[in-house]
Amino acid sequence: MRVPHRMVVTVAAMAAAASALAPIRQAFPASTAQVVHITARRFQFSPSVIHLKRSLPVVLEFTTLDRKHGFKSSLLGLHTAISPGQTSRIRLVPNTAGTFTFHCDVFCGSGHEEMEGTIVIE
Amino acid sequence: MEKHIDRRAFLKLAGIGGAVFVSGLGLLQHADGIAAARALYRGNEADGEDFFFVQLSDSHWGFSNPAINPHYGTTLVRAVEAVNHLPQAPDFVVFTGDLTQTTEDGSERRRRMEQFREIAGRLAVKEVRFLAGEHDAALDEGKAFHEFFGPSFYTFKHKGVTFIALDNVSDPEGAVGEGQRRWLAGELAKLSRSAAIIVLTHRPLFDLYPSWDWATADGGQVMELLLPYSNVTVFYGHIHQINHHTTGHINHHSAQSLMWPLPAPGSLPRKIQLPWDTRQPYKGLGFREVAADRRHSRYDLREFPMAEAAK
Repeated sequence: MRVPHRMVVTVAAMAAAASALAPIRQAFPASTAQVVHITARRFQFSPSVIHLKRSLPVVLEFTTLDRKHGFKSSLLGLHTAISPGQTSRIRLVPNTAGTFTFHCDVFCGSGHEEMEGTIVIE
Repeated sequence: MEKHIDRRAFLKLAGIGGAVFVSGLGLLQHADGIAAARALYRGNEADGEDFFFVQLSDSHWGFSNPAINPHYGTTLVRAVEAVNHLPQAPDFVVFTGDLTQTTEDGSERRRRMEQFREIAGRLAVKEVRFLAGEHDAALDEGKAFHEFFGPSFYTFKHKGVTFIALDNVSDPEGAVGEGQRRWLAGELAKLSRSAAIIVLTHRPLFDLYPSWDWATADGGQVMELLLPYSNVTVFYGHIHQINHHTTGHINHHSAQSLMWPLPAPGSLPRKIQLPWDTRQPYKGLGFREVAADRRHSRYDLREFPMAEAAK
């Protein structure tokens, strides 16, 4: 079978139990959700600051411009791989206001440790 | 003649400024008198069971930012010289990863490994063991490391202790992986549940601070394999500072770096390399001796600050 050039992958968020702050509610119609596209490349996320509204469903959509990266927010219990040629998605409804860090969890080179950002839930 | 180290005498006599001793049971004690402790060990040379080894870690050979470490080209060399000047040569030396600073250039990676190996080769000890860090192995899944240092996970025995080196860095996602866990289970199955086991690894096998990547993706599954064994101790690197942690009955001890220190977990908003302190050169850098007291199933840790070693 021929594999589509651009395979679309929906990724479930990590178990909400991973964090008491977890803002996850995944079941909602996709059409009602805000979509935030996030691009990963050595050694940055764009945007690196993501503003979300509390109680507003959102889909975080990830692609990479170069190699495999990862998106992980331990505080929010969110995690996905970001692989070349694929779009990864995390669906969530933020419930808790605050500022939460995220980082790349796939070692990607000399600037890997600076590849990070924040999610601001207002 | 008493063949084993007397703990109370050791603690009373051991250590000059800042030495910390940690038993295999997690007991922390500060002590004074390192030279006298060395004498005690020398007195036990005939002992067939007790031994000590040196742990060096995170030398990041190839790093070259003078604001972080103006002696980036000599700190590792001085550490090697300091080990060679110990009153008694250790049974062996182990490097727990990040031997070299990462580079996307495969030729440069090999050049750094070759230089590192040459410097490590100056150690006047019978045996040197190497583990990979993510800086060495994550970008090529360990290919260059294997060329220079051999397998990235293995076991060896020394005077009744089984050492297990685990690779939690060749996978860029920081996992040991199913295949290696299966191998580990097989190696453990050969041992009695009370066997003395030392696990060597780079990343912490527990969630020390995942937001700073201070964890192993499948560390929980590794610990499940280790927990049925009653005498297991883990030595690791990666976090560039001393940290002692206990999972059930298993103690984990991290080592200092030989290039730059990092802040305590979560103590700053961001994980940053702590800059060189001109008032306290080499602050936060060092290596350690691990003395195995086999009769009491205990490991005494002796920390050597590079500030002292570099004098």
